[in-house]
Amino acid sequence: MLGEQIIKGMAVTARNFFGSYVSKERLTTVQYPEERLTPKENTRQFPFLVYDGDDREKGLRCVACQICEKECPPQCIYIVKSKDKKPDYKGQPQLYPATFDIDISVCMSCQICVEVCPFDAIKMDTEFELSTGDRFGGLLLTKDKLAKPNEYYRRIHPTAAAAVDERLAGEKARAEAKAKAAAEAKTAAL
Amino acid sequence: MNAVGERTSQNYEILPKTGETGEPIGEFLEVSMGPQHPSTHGVFRMDVVLDGEKVVKLKPVFGYLHRNHEKIAENISYLGSMPYTDRLDYFCSMTNNWAYALAVEKLAGLAVPERAEYIRVIMAELTRLQNHTCLIGFFVQDMGALGTPLMYAFREREKILDLFESVSGARMMCNYMRFGGVRCDVTPDWLVQAKQLVNDYGKFLDEYETLLTENEILLARSQGVGVLSRELAVNASITGPMLRASGVNYDLRKVDRYGIYNRFDFKVPLGEHGDTYDRYMVRILEMRESLKILQQALRDIPSGPVMDPKAKLRGLRPKAGEAYGRIEAPKGELGFYLISDGMANPYRYRVRPPSFINLTILEDMCLGHRIADTVVILGSVDIVLGEVDR
Repeated sequence: MLGEQIIKGMAVTARNFFGSYVSKERLTTVQYPEERLTPKENTRQFPFLVYDGDDREKGLRCVACQICEKECPPQCIYIVKSKDKKPDYKGQPQLYPATFDIDISVCMSCQICVEVCPFDAIKMDTEFELSTGDRFGGLLLTKDKLAKPNEYYRRIHPTAAAAVDERLAGEKARAEAKAKAAAEAKTAAL
Repeated sequence: MNAVGERTSQNYEILPKTGETGEPIGEFLEVSMGPQHPSTHGVFRMDVVLDGEKVVKLKPVFGYLHRNHEKIAENISYLGSMPYTDRLDYFCSMTNNWAYALAVEKLAGLAVPERAEYIRVIMAELTRLQNHTCLIGFFVQDMGALGTPLMYAFREREKILDLFESVSGARMMCNYMRFGGVRCDVTPDWLVQAKQLVNDYGKFLDEYETLLTENEILLARSQGVGVLSRELAVNASITGPMLRASGVNYDLRKVDRYGIYNRFDFKVPLGEHGDTYDRYMVRILEMRESLKILQQALRDIPSGPVMDPKAKLRGLRPKAGEAYGRIEAPKGELGFYLISDGMANPYRYRVRPPSFINLTILEDMCLGHRIADTVVILGSVDIVLGEVDR
């Protein structure tokens, strides 16, 4: 009969329509600003800089090696190296970024900076509500806006942060053991 | 000063129509369809010459979305091009990644671990599922089924994108494959979710087919419309579901057997008439075959590393030479041709985009049909303008 399949199709539509009142399977949308879905753990939006401890200047892990600046496909990172050095988490003197800017209007959230960073200093944020009316400065994130504590990183990416913490702690322990051994060797030589 | 209303902008032109002996017998109308026409799936324009409602000439005009993909890739590192490949066909970033990774792996001589191969197959087939589901949604929307089937398609697609997001971090711009493997391993939990999705997907396809496959309006609008003959399809180097709908048994997963596709048991659905309905049906059947592959892959996935230990992320400098890596993307044969001169960036980087080449014969399919049918035919070609214009 002509139109039979159309009626069958309508039955499917009706099932979906009425089903949306009772079944979560058929109603998958949420009313966004009021209701929010919890973001996935691996979700990435824009990069941020991790710092240890309380001081966002002193604790910054970045040593201004500029690898991320070089590897960034859309070239949205701008780094100026410092003239002096500050101690890093292992106590070794390292350079730090005097300027670290990310233009997030250019950034394409590809995560390559995170992958190439040898110091676990740059990670991906999950913050996405960053729209602004400011055309020029508002989307250029400077060092003070980018720096976020390690506790924040632990909160947004727990699994990855735990792995990073473990690795850094291991490196620190090794470095301390080495320094201790060197000091002992020195005293023994004396 | 131009007063308002003094000169209205026209996007059509009237051309004289003459009989065989040269006497005027009416007028042709030349319409510029696009670039913002909702049916063009992006910024794409067709210059259509109409005789009444019949198409007598059609010229596709594209390039509005050109963004210099190939030249950018020649100036940045091999790794740096990977996120740009996501933006080619933004529906199927996983398969784009794979094709590019395959080309670089051939060039640099990297091997891919077993588990990574399985993950790649799973990702590619999930991509195929979501691409075909959405395409059918768009295709019936072009026929006038405004919204409903498309929303069902998007609902299901979102589940697949959630899977992509939980493993790669992004829904669409996944940037997941690396030269010599994949970026990060999938968790056992993820595999359970994927299995669940694959098991449920068949039910959704059944429902979708009840809604569409035998619908009288869909049959009337698509059967016998936009017939693409076997010979023309082969001569115009059409690939993908469009070629198979014309009855040519050519699927790179069977022909090239790249990756580990020789281990899976699946069929290649073929069309018979090469009309838009066959293209629709081939895609539905392909999704069912994809589900079979996914079930096998999720069952057999071994444990192990996901990256070749020889592969290094930064400073990849392959030996001078050339390589062509191609895969069966959801839209057809996606190939990357790379020439290396031993530097950190490729000397030549060329994309063979399936939807661009599939689009070249649009005129041959549309001639003699009504203008409303060109929209349906264009929908059945399955183009993404990010890939057409690059």
